[in-house]
Amino acid sequence: MTDFLATYGFLLVSMVQAGLLGLSLYFPLQAGQLSLATPGFYAVGGYVAAILLTNPAFGAWRDSLGALMFPVTWLLAALICGVLGVLVGIPALRLRGIYLALATIAFVEILRVVSLNLGITGGAVGIFGIPQAFNFVDRWQYIWIFGPLLVLTLLFARQLERSRVGRAFRAIREDELAADAMGINPTYYKVLAFVIGAILAGMVGAMSAPFLNTWNAKQGTFDASIAVLAFVLIGGSRNIWGPVVGGALLTAIPEVLRFLADWRLVINGLVLVVASLYLPQGIVGALSGLRRARPPRRPGPPQPSLSSSPNPSPSPSPNEVKP
Amino acid sequence: MEPAQILQSLLNGLAIGSVYAIFALGYTLVFSILGIINFAQTAVFTLGAYFTYALVSGQFSSGVLGGLNLFPNGSPLSGSPWGFALATLVAATLSGFLAVLIERLAFRPMRSRSADPLLALVSSLGVALILVNVIQLLVGAEIYSYPENAYGRVQPAIEFKLGDQILGITTVQVIIFFVSMLILALLGYVIGRTKIGKALRAVAENPGTASLLGISVDRFILYTFFLSGFLGGLAGTLVSMAFNIAGPYFGQPYGLKGLAVIVLGGLGSIPGAVLGGLVIGLAEAFVPADYSAYKDAVAFALLFIILLVRPQGLLGKALVQKV
Repeated sequence: MTDFLATYGFLLVSMVQAGLLGLSLYFPLQAGQLSLATPGFYAVGGYVAAILLTNPAFGAWRDSLGALMFPVTWLLAALICGVLGVLVGIPALRLRGIYLALATIAFVEILRVVSLNLGITGGAVGIFGIPQAFNFVDRWQYIWIFGPLLVLTLLFARQLERSRVGRAFRAIREDELAADAMGINPTYYKVLAFVIGAILAGMVGAMSAPFLNTWNAKQGTFDASIAVLAFVLIGGSRNIWGPVVGGALLTAIPEVLRFLADWRLVINGLVLVVASLYLPQGIVGALSGLRRARPPRRPGPPQPSLSSSPNPSPSPSPNEVKP
Repeated sequence: MEPAQILQSLLNGLAIGSVYAIFALGYTLVFSILGIINFAQTAVFTLGAYFTYALVSGQFSSGVLGGLNLFPNGSPLSGSPWGFALATLVAATLSGFLAVLIERLAFRPMRSRSADPLLALVSSLGVALILVNVIQLLVGAEIYSYPENAYGRVQPAIEFKLGDQILGITTVQVIIFFVSMLILALLGYVIGRTKIGKALRAVAENPGTASLLGISVDRFILYTFFLSGFLGGLAGTLVSMAFNIAGPYFGQPYGLKGLAVIVLGGLGSIPGAVLGGLVIGLAEAFVPADYSAYKDAVAFALLFIILLVRPQGLLGKALVQKV
């Protein structure tokens, strides 16, 4: 067992972490908003923790708080990401579909360039020697903080889905105009969904900075945005288990394929292509489809959740070609 | 700023901006027909540069092809401007066929089962991941630069005097600018004046109606992919002439800026992509030297601002939400 944990502990925690990041993208998606900002908030959360845990300016805090410092970094990261989420969300959520996705990509890229150039974030080198949380000696022990966060997030997501807020999210996802007409304030709920995702990503970042020991601008990149999107789409975007399963699997695959050496990223790309072609509902979606033993498979119309915007018609021609 | 500096920045901005424009046109063409963003375009761009390099030099120093020398007696296409131009054309054509292949393998199966357009995003990124890593396996992550006499005897730079200031334009910049403008004019002619262009516009407007009118939609989608691949490969070669081939990932920053370009100009608008490319190229060239580290954020800041102020882009048509 200890051998197993020593070898695969890091991977195990990374799988849970990936599931959490997937969930952070899943919340805005519940309200029909495709946001790729997760890695941006994740990076900000990590920087908050890394700065609080290493910067001499906060030495007095660390001395007086002791081990309590770690939960404080999580809460501060959540707070800062929440506020940032409101500030970015209110203007950005006027946009729909691919436009919102592109705006959030821009947000992630701007944050990346800024963190590469600021002194407090350590520039291109980043921040080194972040102390281990609670004096953990092995990486697998981080499961004791990531695990409970995952459980709490899943419970929260389940409660949310059954609540008035969750129903409002779904109403907006299905038809924003109709929801608006029914007295649901779309802006309020869209920003709320976005901010929940931002807070979660920020907390995961704050927990990950000690876990990875170092934090730099590579944590929040376009590649990461797409990786998180793939977690959700390949796991399944209609069920809270989708992002968790997708994140865990897509994180494990490159490690399991390590024996393929240089070929593993090629295979990873192949997995993305094949899964998007053959599992359009995601893994969890396909499994629950099997269980319901549907009549002979004839793929129905595309799920409206993701594609309903920017332009509600299914014909993919938002603009004509002009000479 | 001195007038000479302004003129110098203007020239630099136009040269790089015209490359952004051709690159972004590849995105725009596919978006206008299919309503999806083809991220594999970045990999096609990269491969275009490698194809040209293979035709002109033919020597790779690492990877599976390391030590290979395609032309023991020197490449027939090296050493004269016309040879290099021919190599560029052949490479761009190969890139076009590659894009057609990508369409057949990754996009058409998805279209035929009317999958979620977002999945096409993930699938196209999967393709990009495969291609980039195959390049890395084949020729390594080395920087490749063209042989010194690749273009024959060409003056490397043109210098002229403005008052007492000396201005310099490199020949490569001049070539990049004029080739780009030539290609843009040709494209405008093909799409605006020829029968093929008319059919393409019909497919972009409404694939269903176009197919009822006897236009083979699948065939024109292939043409579109060929064109976008051709433009991508050409842009890759032009950039590699100015900055060498800096490894298999060298296309990525261009791929991301290309997104900013198409949104700035208006998604799906061809003149918009050209205008967007030039605006971003010029904006980057005018970033003061003290802030040059933030240059890479300029495109995304512009993207963010335009999305908030005018989401349809500079030349796009406003989207009206219909009930």
